Amino acid sequence: MILKGKAHKYGDNVDTDVILPAQHMDEPGLDGLTKYCMSGIDPDFIQRVKPGDVIVAQKNFGCGSSREQAPLVIKRCGVSLIVAASFARIFFRNAINIGLPILECPEAADETRMGDDLEIDFNAGSIVNHTRGKTYRAKSFPDFIVEIIHQGGLIPYTRKQLEARGSVSTT
Amino acid sequence: MNLTEKILSVHCGRTNVTPGEILTVRVDLVYSMDPAALLAFRDFKKLGVASVFDPGKVIVFPQVLGPAKGVLLAGGLKSLRETCRNLGVAYVEEGRGGLAEQVIPEMGLIGPGDIVIGADSHTCTFGALGAFATGMGSTDIAVAMVTGETWLKVPESMKLVYHGRLRPWVGAKDMILYTIGDIGVEGANYKAIEFSGEAARALSMDGRFTMANMAMEAGAKTGLFEADEKTIAFLKDKRPGPIQPLRADPDAAYETVIEYDVSNLEPQVAFPSLPSNAKPISQAGQVEIDMVKIGMCTNGNISDLRLAARILEGKKIHPRVRCMVVPPSQTIYLQALREGLLEIFVRAGATVESPSCAPCLGTLGTLAEGERCVSTSNRNFVGRQGHARSEIYLAGPAVAAASAIAGRLIGPEEVMP
Repeated sequence: MILKGKAHKYGDNVDTDVILPAQHMDEPGLDGLTKYCMSGIDPDFIQRVKPGDVIVAQKNFGCGSSREQAPLVIKRCGVSLIVAASFARIFFRNAINIGLPILECPEAADETRMGDDLEIDFNAGSIVNHTRGKTYRAKSFPDFIVEIIHQGGLIPYTRKQLEARGSVSTT
Repeated sequence: MNLTEKILSVHCGRTNVTPGEILTVRVDLVYSMDPAALLAFRDFKKLGVASVFDPGKVIVFPQVLGPAKGVLLAGGLKSLRETCRNLGVAYVEEGRGGLAEQVIPEMGLIGPGDIVIGADSHTCTFGALGAFATGMGSTDIAVAMVTGETWLKVPESMKLVYHGRLRPWVGAKDMILYTIGDIGVEGANYKAIEFSGEAARALSMDGRFTMANMAMEAGAKTGLFEADEKTIAFLKDKRPGPIQPLRADPDAAYETVIEYDVSNLEPQVAFPSLPSNAKPISQAGQVEIDMVKIGMCTNGNISDLRLAARILEGKKIHPRVRCMVVPPSQTIYLQALREGLLEIFVRAGATVESPSCAPCLGTLGTLAEGERCVSTSNRNFVGRQGHARSEIYLAGPAVAAASAIAGRLIGPEEVMP
């Protein structure tokens, strides 16, 4: 999986209330919610973001609520991947579960600037910043997590397991 | 093994587990709030299933969107009710329960040593009962509803030991705000916290729920208290059969042990916009406020409402300030009514709302640009209760009630003789 796009760069502790402000949680449907993506921290993000773009942030990205709508609206905006120095734990699970690729790489998170051109080989865990001429290696995930990502998320992964157990039919 | 490791090992049928291992564990209760439940049930179709693993162990709370505002949300809640009915899953209707964080313990649905997962980051509240309780997103919840299992990485554990005795007007909220101020909003990221020491043991169950509720705000996977005679007394009439709490081994290993002496702890206030920006009230300076919110899932227990009422009794809320009291369950609402607390709040000039997440999410009592709110809730992120340039100051009920009277951030000692 090779992903190319421009970086949208943020700092520490980007919480779910700035990714998707809580006051909009009564907006029905994901389409309605998506227009507020990142609005708490970057009101112009939704106008600027292009398919394939990458969010790059410092530590503890996605802290706060368990709302899965936060990674869902990021994915729906066309963001291909999030690179952060670290992720808050529920966001980490949610992103993997919905098939939004994420990588942990403190060096890339530190040195990337808004608008940098990035090229990422997700399977190899390599991040190339063409603007700065730098290459980084992200932390590797446990095999179990890699398997969920390769299956396209937790639902297809679980479906396969249920089929193997004979709990659901394979049709 | 420490308490977390013991609980996890029992739930995967092993005699020993170590931090960093990934386990599949059985769960004793899976619950979801309404927006996540709508997403979770959509996943059932993709999974190819039409039933939950055990209808008695799955429960849904319409606490974020209910009572519905607008016809689209009304339609969403209608379909959620129908889905729950078809699955045989309890849907705790408006007016019959309240917030999951309060109602699940009231119903005695969980006990010490259980594993609970919820589509709610404040699932960790149930750590007060000695349960391993952690929040997840709707996809994880959907899978657990179907399989009765979830995967977990055995967390490193942090032991927080609280010594000493709290001064008057200082409570559990002050202890946890001080702790988060010390370790930071990611100070316990991915870890389990064990709350211990004589000052933690001295807390009432109400206080323990408040502390465990905010373990999440330090990034923790869960925050637990070892069950004791108070836990057993709390659950006595709620759960059938004897309760046999698990205990940490005397030689249990912890990644970190931090000791605090709370004897001189002052009431704390977390300034905008992180729960870790805690300061003692004496260093708050002059902060004029527009709104006060008391109650909700963090600080709405009857002892919290009694404390706020003691301060507000016979007084008037500052003319510039709106004050909202939010009991977290119908049971507490009724108890506060019987004890005359609600009359005190109304006479002081506060509104009393039904149990709901809305005040804390800013979908009710929304803050305008530049407004400041003292809130007994758990989050003060940018824009959490309204405009991105509004401000939330987290505090316990004593500071909140005193500030409502004074119209500025103030300690209870300044308004109480």
